Amino acid sequence: MSLFTFEGEERAQGFSALKDEVFSRLRTIWENDNPEGLLTFVGGVHPYEGKELTKDLPLERFKPQGEMVFPVSQHIGAPATPLVKKGDKVLRGQMIAEAGGFVSAHVFSSVSGTVKAVEPRLVPTGAMVNSIVIENDGEYTEVEYTPAELSELSKEEIRARIRAGGVVGMGGAGFPTDVKLSPKEPDKIEYVMVNGAECEPYLTSDHRRMLDEPEAIVDGLRCILALFDNAQGCICIENNKPECIERMQELVKDEPRMEVKVLLTKYPQGGERNIIKAVTGREINSTMLPADVGCVVDNVDTVSAIADAVLRGKPVMSKIVTVTGNGVVSPKNFLAPTGTDMYELIEACGGLRDGVTKVIAGGPMMGFAMYDLHVPCTKTTAACTCFVEDPVLKDVETACINCGRCVEACPSHVLPTRLAAFADRGDLESFQEFDGMECCECGCCSYVCPAKRQLTQSIKSMRRMILNNRKKK
Amino acid sequence: MEHNFHVSSNPHDRAPMTTSRIMQLVVLSLLPATVFGIFNFGLRALLVVIVTVASSVFFEWLYCRLMKKPNTIVDFSAVVTGLLLALNMPASIPLWIPVLGSAFAIIVVKELYGGLGQNFMNPALAARCFLLISFAGRMTNFTTSEKFRGAVDAVSGATPLASLKTNGFAEGSVSLWHLFIGNIQGTIGETSVLFILFGALILLYYKVISPKLPLAYIGSFALFVLLYMMFTNADFSLRYLFTQLFGGGLMFGAWFMATDYVTSPITEKGRIIYGCFLGILTGIFRIFGPSSEGVSYAIIIGNLLVPVIDRYTRPVAFGKGGAKNE
Repeated sequence: MSLFTFEGEERAQGFSALKDEVFSRLRTIWENDNPEGLLTFVGGVHPYEGKELTKDLPLERFKPQGEMVFPVSQHIGAPATPLVKKGDKVLRGQMIAEAGGFVSAHVFSSVSGTVKAVEPRLVPTGAMVNSIVIENDGEYTEVEYTPAELSELSKEEIRARIRAGGVVGMGGAGFPTDVKLSPKEPDKIEYVMVNGAECEPYLTSDHRRMLDEPEAIVDGLRCILALFDNAQGCICIENNKPECIERMQELVKDEPRMEVKVLLTKYPQGGERNIIKAVTGREINSTMLPADVGCVVDNVDTVSAIADAVLRGKPVMSKIVTVTGNGVVSPKNFLAPTGTDMYELIEACGGLRDGVTKVIAGGPMMGFAMYDLHVPCTKTTAACTCFVEDPVLKDVETACINCGRCVEACPSHVLPTRLAAFADRGDLESFQEFDGMECCECGCCSYVCPAKRQLTQSIKSMRRMILNNRKKK
Repeated sequence: MEHNFHVSSNPHDRAPMTTSRIMQLVVLSLLPATVFGIFNFGLRALLVVIVTVASSVFFEWLYCRLMKKPNTIVDFSAVVTGLLLALNMPASIPLWIPVLGSAFAIIVVKELYGGLGQNFMNPALAARCFLLISFAGRMTNFTTSEKFRGAVDAVSGATPLASLKTNGFAEGSVSLWHLFIGNIQGTIGETSVLFILFGALILLYYKVISPKLPLAYIGSFALFVLLYMMFTNADFSLRYLFTQLFGGGLMFGAWFMATDYVTSPITEKGRIIYGCFLGILTGIFRIFGPSSEGVSYAIIIGNLLVPVIDRYTRPVAFGKGGAKNE
């Protein structure tokens, strides 16, 4: 029967154990894999988690050497405008690029040193982005910050301090947080959600944030709640992190406006649309904002950055980066200054193992495969996952057999196999008519496809093409 | 750079299930019914199975070779088609008939429409219907040799379902227990409800199929029979109902034929509606039609309805109908 044993699965011993296994497995069909009835959404997959590699390793503060690279575009929106030029001396915490518009964010130096160049550099997503290169003098001489008391700040001042801190959505999207926290009707916001789901396999940066610096999350949430008088704060955590749930519950037990929501462990539970659906039952489509259904969602890292910016006046200068996978000698969780070279972090983990074939910026489901490891950690970098064996290399695409697994897994409730077929033959009209633009590019369809078809890739390229066409008009 | 890394679009991980593994699991789940059929009908049944499977694989290989297409026999789908076809044959069939059936199933129904995933009819069933129409006598010749171990209807010598249609519950009819165990006359694989359900359990366990479609099929058929009894027949007979459910190809068709991915709707909702359609069609064919059997024709006609069902059961995209911000 070894042919039919799934990897990583242990076989039951003896008849009664086999019977139990059969019954429990059949029961999951009726209960939709959610026997305790936890909060969740419809669809999704259960990829191999791989979090045991790093979840028990406390944060290590990393002090980089040498060159630091600060791309002026670490967020969605207009690139920031550089304020320094070659030869300038900068301090840690000094603004080196200013927001280039309303939807944009400042960039700060995380080290003290000398500006070496302002030139295009490779970033983790594979693009060349104009960047400020600073030679680190290793002194970490800081600028003076101006702390403030939350009770003395007006709502406008809070927003201004968040903007001044260059805070962006650090869960991955990088949307400027002050813009997100300025909805048209702030009184209609009912939920402020702190996203600690961390559904992406292998990542433990949010996990460590919640265990090692949970007070900052509560402080940050308090700052956001001060902006929305009618809102309740929900800290949302998947049930595969019981220690985080316990820790956060302990901290918010005397906070009337905060509670911990336990979510079912399922990818992509941490997607903005899915977490809103799980907690409130409300749905937003691709043209809507969370504020349209009375919600604001921020990642735990973003929330602690808000606490730093509002209460201590400190801008975003560091990011938790998990360096993990079977391709590194000793996986670790780093608190790394932004601009740190990714390869330096890998070397601090003992380097790559022999024969590593794939290195991903981010996790295996949503991350970008990198061809060059000399890229900077940005405000949105959460991990670097290294694999000895490329898990998708051996797969050969075969014909679609209409099994419906992609449809069942799709959290956007579209028909991935049909959309991919439309995309492959360039049928823009049908693609849009079948709600192709609602795809969230989570990768569930490609993950479950037994024919190993590159569904996400086809759909993603079509979406990019349509979005670019719209921009041109 | 000292390394050359692979780049590809996300996701960088894949579920372990593959098409050929699904097909292998289907073969595995058909084995209990196959083994029972061989036990029930003798070694002649084994010969039919071997010839049908081998000829299916051969025709697939031959077609790929002649058309200079990549060889697709490794995906095991031809084995599944051959085995399904074989289990739909009476054990006494002359061997050239299943070979002809395999050729029709693989070349005409499957490959000419573009191969795996492109056919709109279940190849094994289309071939069975083709043979049933062409060689009706031989395909329904269920007379058994002395080696037959099962229970035979003492009055008519026909299959329980045929006997029920012509004679009602005559003296000497086969009992429900025999129907459930399956030591009765019929095609090789369809007789044993017990072993078919055991195979279905394997499919459910490995999540190859969801139970909703077969249950919708069997449930709607049962409801149809109940309604028929209510409106025509004064006496309500559980035995009639269960003979209808256990007899003929219903169980086999519901668990192994109707659930064929390629020829069933793609959404769960569509599959339930499809199952209900099949139940009603089967009821009509069995009760009002000339033959006591109706499952094969019901599924073939159901296959034709799939595009329509797919069209009207398209899932509603997440958040569709909400406010627009453009």
